[in-house]
Amino acid sequence: MNKNKEQLLNKRYKAEQRFRLYGQSAIFMALLFLTIFIFKIFSTGYSAFQKTWLIVPVTFDAELMMLDENPTKQDIEDADYYEIALQSMWNLDPNANEDQQNQLKRMVSYFFEREIKQELLKDPNLLGKTKEVYLTASDDLDQVFKGNYPRDLPEDQRRVSDYQLKIFDQLVANGKVESKFNISFFTNADSREAELAGIASSFMGSIFSILVCLMIAFPVAVLAAIYLEEFAPKNRFTDFIEVNINNLAAVPSIVFGLLGLGILLAIFQLPRSTPLVGGITLSLMTLPTIIIAARASLKAVPPSIREAALAMGASRMQTTMHHTVPLSMPGTLSGTIIGLAQALGETAPLILIGMVAFVNTIPGSPMDPAASLPVQIYIWAESAERGFVEKVSACIMVLLGFLIIMNLFAQIIRHKFEKKWS
Amino acid sequence: MNLILFTFIVLLGFTSYYFGRKKAYTIQSTKKRLTALPQFYGYYLAIWCAIPAFIIFSLWAIFEPTIVKLLVLSDYSNQGYLDDELNLIYEKTKALSRGQFTGEITPFIEASAEKYLSLRSIAQSSKVVIVLSAIIASVAYAYKRISSNSRTREPVEKFLNAVLFTASLAAILTTVGIVFSLIFQTIDFFKVIPLFDFVFGTHWYPAKAFVRDSSEALDPSMYSDTFGAVPIFAGTFFIAFIAMCVAIPIGLMSGIYLAEYASYKVRQYAKPLIEILAGIPTVVYGFFAALTVGPFLKELGTSMGLEVSAESALAAGGVMGIMIIPFISSLSDDVITSVPQSLRDGSYAMGATKSETIKRVIFPAALPGIVGSILLGVSRAIGETMIVVMASGLAANLTLNPLESTSTITAQIVVILIGDQAFGDPKTQAAFALGMSLFLVTLCLNIVALRVVKKYREKYE
Repeated sequence: MNKNKEQLLNKRYKAEQRFRLYGQSAIFMALLFLTIFIFKIFSTGYSAFQKTWLIVPVTFDAELMMLDENPTKQDIEDADYYEIALQSMWNLDPNANEDQQNQLKRMVSYFFEREIKQELLKDPNLLGKTKEVYLTASDDLDQVFKGNYPRDLPEDQRRVSDYQLKIFDQLVANGKVESKFNISFFTNADSREAELAGIASSFMGSIFSILVCLMIAFPVAVLAAIYLEEFAPKNRFTDFIEVNINNLAAVPSIVFGLLGLGILLAIFQLPRSTPLVGGITLSLMTLPTIIIAARASLKAVPPSIREAALAMGASRMQTTMHHTVPLSMPGTLSGTIIGLAQALGETAPLILIGMVAFVNTIPGSPMDPAASLPVQIYIWAESAERGFVEKVSACIMVLLGFLIIMNLFAQIIRHKFEKKWS
Repeated sequence: MNLILFTFIVLLGFTSYYFGRKKAYTIQSTKKRLTALPQFYGYYLAIWCAIPAFIIFSLWAIFEPTIVKLLVLSDYSNQGYLDDELNLIYEKTKALSRGQFTGEITPFIEASAEKYLSLRSIAQSSKVVIVLSAIIASVAYAYKRISSNSRTREPVEKFLNAVLFTASLAAILTTVGIVFSLIFQTIDFFKVIPLFDFVFGTHWYPAKAFVRDSSEALDPSMYSDTFGAVPIFAGTFFIAFIAMCVAIPIGLMSGIYLAEYASYKVRQYAKPLIEILAGIPTVVYGFFAALTVGPFLKELGTSMGLEVSAESALAAGGVMGIMIIPFISSLSDDVITSVPQSLRDGSYAMGATKSETIKRVIFPAALPGIVGSILLGVSRAIGETMIVVMASGLAANLTLNPLESTSTITAQIVVILIGDQAFGDPKTQAAFALGMSLFLVTLCLNIVALRVVKKYREKYE
């Protein structure tokens, strides 16, 4: 009898431990996913911040460039650089046949002409002399240099030919290949060529959308929250508004995209693909988030504050505007930032209103067509070129960086400025 | 031009505020008692400055384009043009007046463009005159009123109250906007495709419905067997089911652990870390699922002799499940923490272990709240777009094999609407009909979930 009891007790303790273990492993699994996730993104993405350059001697031959003696600055600007650019690539292998010459040319980006031109514009005295110039390597060679490209594939399955690899290896052996920080990733707009593609256009698109979103959502949401929390009578209509807000907070984001498409584009005829429309769509989405946060922080202001103000003869509007609202601002602001961070990561509604268009210029205003960072991730992820994979991860890193900064900022506001009532 | 006028009006507003307050001080200096604080006199005037400006601006924005268009096109009346042609002429006129017209310039259009420009400038200058005179009149009227020391606080506060109320209508307007944008396209869609075919049809090939020449008559038989949404609905719920299979055990168990077992330290670090999962943009999950999980599962399947599609439902659903973990864990954590301590104490006093208390006392007590959080998670899973678009297939297969690819409502909406849309085409309308069904399904789930959670909260408060 006693033994039985002990057995039963042991069984129950074991069950207790098992249950505890389940809980621990659930947490462990969730954190494991997070770690794998972040590790994967960083390990594929960090290399995109480096860019491979080929150092090629270029002879600035005035004759080939169709320049006279003592050219003016304008002449240098207008000169023909294609010939000397080609010549300098061909000189890497003087014995190359025509096909090989073509391959030589494809070892650098199609931008090489302009890079040579920049060099001469910087120092016009180079005319007639030879100088080693840094040229952007093609994205395939870039991947080869970073070790992301399977060199042992049969040649016909590779985008890099054996010949190109041979020349490239010679250059590497001579120290004529260099890897430097990839500034153009941050300053270039999107491009069909992976080695030239950058995030500047989508970054500006994101900034403009978020600004439009902030300018619309913040005032409206704060005013609505003040009304609902401080002035609204308790009746059916107020309940209806509240049900609406709570539902909107859980409506799938793509439905807001359909709203933007069906109303903003089709009826109001606003310009397609612009951050203006994107921002308005996002603002409708963030509105409930901010209203809920603002109401919570208004609710957290203790009634004694209101009672004191009212007792001093302030009207209800004065009490609210002078005391309750300023005291609730830290909570409201941090809720707003979190709402904006959500909007910054949103993709689907922006795709529907046409912000997936290929944009190779940097937008200067919310009325110019643009992409946004998450949409850029989608565009690059869908393209087949190997060079874009690391770009996607790098773009994700930039996006996550912004989200982390915004969330930290929200935390700081909350902890630094929020009064604790106890 | 508008910007200058706007700045000017704002400046006027500030000036009237200043004069209003000054007036109050003069009244005060005559030893009369003020009926409100001096700044209310200022606000009062500023509001009287802003209201007429706002009304006239909005009326102008609504009516000016229509009236100008009518006047410009009045030259072309009685010439037998169709409405579409008139619209085209008007567009050409506008383009020419902006200097962006590239086609052949006919004298007619040139004359219209000149007329358009002159009308526009007349409209602009008359707008300035009307706005300014209206402001001056209304401010003068208000100034006169306050000089008799009448009430100013009440009207100002009433106005503010009205502004607050209008802002709170934004949520209703958004809902109305959603319904409005979906319903007309959906009705048009069901005029061509019978509702029965949509809900019970098993073939979904929207690509078959090519963009049609708008002059051609609609031929409904062309679309039979094209828009049967069963595979889409099945795919949506199937992927959501896979996601919940991942999210419920992990989310629920971590919620329970955090609420009942975890020490303060663990909770302090683990909770925000898990919530990071909810903050990662879904497009990032999509990339992860398409590039890492999909190929990994494919390789794993091949090594076990299974045929796994690179875009399997399992990859999309599994990654979606990871995304939903934090929703379920933090909501159920909240729910469990709000179960009164007395229930726990009672159970411990009877000699139950912690896990027995959780399983037999706390879990049943918290069940409604947990069900609510799971329903919210399901509604997330159904509405999730980017993961499915990037990691799952785009062809709608009717399958229950998690290793094959299938498609969802959201993915089909994106596939149909990406790029240029032709409104009035059944293919575009199909996307809106799908959006409508998505909206209705998630709406029902949300209402039920919110009600359950609310009921539960009331029970223990």
